[in-house]
Amino acid sequence: MAAEASSSSTVQTRENEKKEKMSWSKLYTFSCIRPQSNKSDLGQPGFSRVVFCNNPNRPAYTYPSNYVATTKYNLATFLPKCLFEQFRRVANMYFLLAAVLSLTSLTPFSPLSLIAPLLFVVGVSLMKEGVEDWRRRTTDREVNSRTVKVHTANGAPFTDRPWKALQVGDIIKVGKNEYFPADLLLLSSSYEDGLCYVETMNLDGETNLKIKRSLECTTGLDDEQKIEKFTATIRCEDPNPSLYTFVGNLDLGEEDGMISSYPLSASQILLRDSKLQNTDYVYGVVVFTGPDTKVIRNSMASPCKRSRVERRMDHVIYVLFVMLITISMITSIGSSRYTETTEGRWYLRLLDGRDGSFDPTTPLKSTVLLFLRALILYGYLIPVSLYVSIEVVKFIQALLINNDLELFDELTGKSVEARTSNLNEELGQVQMILSDKTGTLTCNRMEFKKCSIEGNSYGAGDIYEEVRGAYDQRVSCEEESGVEVAFEISSRTDTSVVDMTMFFRVMALCHTGIVVETEGSHTLQYEAESPEEVTFLAAAQEFGFQFWKRTQSSMFVRETDPHRSMVVQRQYELLNLLEFSSSRKRMSVIVRDDAGHILLLCKGADDIIFDRLGGGGRTHQHATTRHLSNYAEEGLRTMVFAYRRIEKAQYEEWASMSAIAKATIGPEREELLEKASEIIENDLVLVGAVAVEDRLQDGVPECIGKLAQAGLHIWLLTGDKKETAVNIGYSCSLLSHDMRLFHLSLSQDAESTKDLKAMKDEIADQIEAFHQEKVDGQVSKALVVDGKALEMALSNDVKDHFLRLAVDCASVICCRVSPKQKAMVTRLVKKYTGKITLAIGDGANDVGMIQAADIGVGISGVEGMQAVMASDFSMPQFRFLDRLLLVHGHWCYNRISKMILYSIYKNIVFGLTLFYFEVYSKFAGDVLYDGWYIVMFNLLLTSLPVISLGVLEQDVSSNNCLEFPALYKQGQKGIFFSWKQIIGWMGNAILTSLTIFILNIVMLSSSAFRHGGEVVDMYYLGVIMYTVVVWSVNCQIALIITHFTWIQHIIIWGSCLCLYLFLYVYAALPGIHTVREKLLVEVVGPAPMYWMTTLLVVFASLLPYVIYTVIQRSFYPTDDQLIVEMRHASNVDFNTGELHEEPVPEVLELELLESIPEHHP
Amino acid sequence: MDQKNKTSKKPKNSKFSQQELPAWKPILTPGWVITSFITIGVLFIPTGLLALSASDNVVEIVDRYDEGCIPDSYSQKAESYIQNPNQNKTCVRTLRVPKKMVAPIFVYYQLEKFYQNHRRFVKSKSDKQLRDADAQDDTHNCFPEDYTADNKPIVPCGLIAWSLFNDTYKLSARGKAINIDKKGIAWKSDMEAKFGSNVYPKNFQKGTLIGGGKLDERIPLSEQEDLIVWMRTAALPTFRKLYGKINTDLESHETITAEVENNYNTYKFGGRKKLVLSTTTWIGGKNDFLGIAYISVGGLCLFIAINFILLYVFRPRRLGDPSYLSWNRQPIV
Repeated sequence: MAAEASSSSTVQTRENEKKEKMSWSKLYTFSCIRPQSNKSDLGQPGFSRVVFCNNPNRPAYTYPSNYVATTKYNLATFLPKCLFEQFRRVANMYFLLAAVLSLTSLTPFSPLSLIAPLLFVVGVSLMKEGVEDWRRRTTDREVNSRTVKVHTANGAPFTDRPWKALQVGDIIKVGKNEYFPADLLLLSSSYEDGLCYVETMNLDGETNLKIKRSLECTTGLDDEQKIEKFTATIRCEDPNPSLYTFVGNLDLGEEDGMISSYPLSASQILLRDSKLQNTDYVYGVVVFTGPDTKVIRNSMASPCKRSRVERRMDHVIYVLFVMLITISMITSIGSSRYTETTEGRWYLRLLDGRDGSFDPTTPLKSTVLLFLRALILYGYLIPVSLYVSIEVVKFIQALLINNDLELFDELTGKSVEARTSNLNEELGQVQMILSDKTGTLTCNRMEFKKCSIEGNSYGAGDIYEEVRGAYDQRVSCEEESGVEVAFEISSRTDTSVVDMTMFFRVMALCHTGIVVETEGSHTLQYEAESPEEVTFLAAAQEFGFQFWKRTQSSMFVRETDPHRSMVVQRQYELLNLLEFSSSRKRMSVIVRDDAGHILLLCKGADDIIFDRLGGGGRTHQHATTRHLSNYAEEGLRTMVFAYRRIEKAQYEEWASMSAIAKATIGPEREELLEKASEIIENDLVLVGAVAVEDRLQDGVPECIGKLAQAGLHIWLLTGDKKETAVNIGYSCSLLSHDMRLFHLSLSQDAESTKDLKAMKDEIADQIEAFHQEKVDGQVSKALVVDGKALEMALSNDVKDHFLRLAVDCASVICCRVSPKQKAMVTRLVKKYTGKITLAIGDGANDVGMIQAADIGVGISGVEGMQAVMASDFSMPQFRFLDRLLLVHGHWCYNRISKMILYSIYKNIVFGLTLFYFEVYSKFAGDVLYDGWYIVMFNLLLTSLPVISLGVLEQDVSSNNCLEFPALYKQGQKGIFFSWKQIIGWMGNAILTSLTIFILNIVMLSSSAFRHGGEVVDMYYLGVIMYTVVVWSVNCQIALIITHFTWIQHIIIWGSCLCLYLFLYVYAALPGIHTVREKLLVEVVGPAPMYWMTTLLVVFASLLPYVIYTVIQRSFYPTDDQLIVEMRHASNVDFNTGELHEEPVPEVLELELLESIPEHHP
Repeated sequence: MDQKNKTSKKPKNSKFSQQELPAWKPILTPGWVITSFITIGVLFIPTGLLALSASDNVVEIVDRYDEGCIPDSYSQKAESYIQNPNQNKTCVRTLRVPKKMVAPIFVYYQLEKFYQNHRRFVKSKSDKQLRDADAQDDTHNCFPEDYTADNKPIVPCGLIAWSLFNDTYKLSARGKAINIDKKGIAWKSDMEAKFGSNVYPKNFQKGTLIGGGKLDERIPLSEQEDLIVWMRTAALPTFRKLYGKINTDLESHETITAEVENNYNTYKFGGRKKLVLSTTTWIGGKNDFLGIAYISVGGLCLFIAINFILLYVFRPRRLGDPSYLSWNRQPIV
């Protein structure tokens, strides 16, 4: 039962992937396009929704039901929509044309043999779509029929109803750990103060709990009787995709008959697909249903990514089309020429003909008709089967990636997952990696490392000991000097203990965390919006300031008084909470203690806080700054703590102003709130700074080292400050000390002038200077860019210079980058350099980047599933990236390239033999092979070897791939699927087909081919040539394959034997076709000529390729071939692919080391 | 539960899923290359010689008679000669047997520039009608030879049957006629399955335009072997078809008189006609090309092998020499 529930919830999560993806891209890209109504007139367009709660006399709504469909199609639209998608492919369109023409007399083949493959190809795709949509439908059905307790009619208790039956205005009760079925207005919760906690992972990927508060006027509605009597009207905004805003009013009928209006905000709104946590139940009114809910409004189609190889394949298909049209024209023109002069050939009776294709009196018509016929006849040049085999192969490749034990992380129990199989081969061609730092390179598990209190730095040893020691010492110092009240909050400022105590208070109070219910344990566990806050709370607990309870308006702390060695329980009334945002970069709380002192406690980024210090608060600024830069150099994340005492009068004045701002409805509200907080967050006193460490993940430096050797340029895009970023850069071997480091940043002067032009010029000058600098070719370069500088550098006129410089550098570090910039950098790099980019990140802020890059990789880490949902590949740890790229990427690229080239080859060989025959039959458009032979060629006799090539081929073993990362450059240069290769294979195909055809017809010309004196006729020539073609192409694939397992042997040689089986069975089946002789048994089988011809022609047709390969491999070996040889030479058993007992001889390794520049330590 | 979930996500450790199936990775070592080329050469050349000698054992007499059988007075108007039904078209050819020919000796007629493989020609027949006596109206593809002028179905219909080859040969040596056995020249499966034993020719060759030979309406199609042979359309414009078999040996240097009735009109399209007498061996008739091809391919392989030996001697490369790796070569370039 439980398992069922959990599985259904994972399905649910899956279902939401798309919605979430979208929500974020929207947030980043279009955050400027908020509803542009400055006048918050409810009832006006944009704000027209009216919801009657519990009103039996309410007018009928026109709002949609709560049924949510994520399906793309329904029964009626499935076929048309799907087919339209399918026939947007040129090749499919062509085959449709061929199928239609096959129903006319023009066709050279039986209609079935043309329609069947098309039906198969399209059918497979349709089935795939259908199955996926069916899955969506079943999940939808499951989701929509989940039940929720709904208040139905007066007097009746809450009853279970399916989600889809919900209507706007219903009052529902949601229990703990349940998902909200629609967007709700929170009325009350199991907590007295109307508080509840929600998890919004499905919406924004954040796993931390968020607090929602009901209006005070509704908190009392906490049982069913009260709900009974409750009626209200909600006037609010129309459905929109903005997750973090809500504008509306609650009109409540008071007992005296008056109607009072209360403003609503986003903190009273519970969004669909978020989950109730840590709260037993809530009551809520349904405000938005089904398609109107914010989460659904946020969904958009995700970008469709196609690999370079596939895009190039399209071009190859165009080339083949040109070829097809050319030979079709030759055929039709040739035929019409002969038709005009065929009066001599009386036996054809052309003038008596009713056959339009050969009517000498209407040459033009004949030409056109024959052209159309030829288009179908030579259709085998277009490898329709290739599309199917590619789909199959990629699917299996993705399975292989998912099932690689080396890519399995024991710790998390997760494995690398290919979420799409479209991009397997793209993994082998990546040229640039754009990586997030926190959570991607690092663990995102914060460790409290250092702190600086009042200008003293702690944390060289055990930080807790040190700090506690210092604190005890101070307290006893104070005591000796006779000061009593040091521990209490007072207006005194002259004691140093006060500031230190205040440091702990900031830690314990200035946060949004809550206590997680744990049983028995003395130390408490916390949950908060960011991992840092949890770290701070845990540290404060260690320091003796244990935050242990939160209610809507109060926070409770157990403070240890070292002086009296007793624990004081204090209650702080939470007056205001000024939330953290990435633009504010700070957060404050205003609290009042038991004694009535009002404090503002603030934490935030150093530059922000330093700007807001008061005159008396700068005592320790100098020392703290020094410590901060030390911490940053060690690669720690830093934050500064400050506080402020507020007089009662002053607070009250401000509070009223703030209340006005809060009560404002509409977009200007934020602005007002911002202004209000600006006023109060001022004149602060600096108490100190903290530094937390975000440890590097296991294996990151090794992985990055390998990737760098593989010729990948790695860009680090992080929101951290420069020192931290550079430091991490060194520790993860992205930077090394023998690198030439360029720093691109704005000088203070330029920044202060705020003159855009001056700033741009400065950046341009810097870039120019870097360009000018002569660097020894051996030394690799690295670039460090600041967020502001990046903004300038990416502006239109400097962009080109900047990108040219950046691309030249082995690594680039961009610090202080916003999510939007991340995506922009990715897009620009992709566009301007044309390089294949891979973006890797773990958080919601990386989604833009992940979607913009050619390949997006999500780390399924601490920060929720947002990045994973948007990604094409997901992995539990960064360290798997090298294996994914160097091994699987390399293999998949190699496999797919070979597979496509071979398929093109095979179809050209087959198609051209048909064409050559036309030359000998006056271009009459007749077919040498039986229709079913033609179908079987691609369907049965040559398809499996292609798939085995695409699945099992390994040019180099996985160990060798990792051992020689530089091998990866083959993919970057694209040598396996270059035009040179493509043209080469086409040439080979033409040569092979010519050899096959000419040898066959010369050998099997007029004289008898059997002992019994029989001669070869058209069908016999057809079957012999067919045999040769099948053998040739199957032997050719055996020559391409470099890695033979038993599977390949069975498949390839089995395919060849299948040919005979097919010929036998086909002849034995009654009445399929006109030619029903037992060709194999009676005619060709007993003739030695047949077998001798097969042997000779197959060998001769492969000889050119064999000679070329032997020369190339012997004298111009490629890297992969060399590596296999090296393995062979050092007698390693590569057969098993296991760890090599005998490593490459050391001399050899050294040689390598010396010769690879990147290899240098 | 949780623990279980975690372990169940762990991929299975099979050789296939880990892509570690034991495999053979062929490496082109010089020894391997040279050995395989030499092996192929050594195998192919004797095979070729064998085929060549087999072809050599075939005795073949070819006599082109299309020009010779036109009287000199008609040499400029061969067409009108051949189209004149009242003309006696018999002509006598003399053949010399170069070597002893052992029975069975196959008699062929060879036509050139005759496009039996033309689509219009190939499809102009009705398999159903040939097989099934009740399907005589199945003349779907046979136009214009489907119905007679008075709308009776033609059996066998179509251009192929209509253009049936109708030259006849009578052979004699030293005044004694050599019997040409006309039985057993068609494929058995054709006679049994494709041509009905109860289907008789009807209205055949009754139109104004006479194509080729006529058929005896008393004999079922399955026994009309000349027709069956003719209806197996040839792949190329030059083709031979079996006319009959001689079951007696022909001695060396014997002179054979062939009495040819030159009926068939190839003059209109300038095609040649030849009378061929040939013995066969295991490779069939005379076919030097097969042997030559085998010998050439084998010889080419030997030649390549020698070249490789020389190349490896003068420009050797150590197997797996890391200095050939692209990233090691680059600095030099």
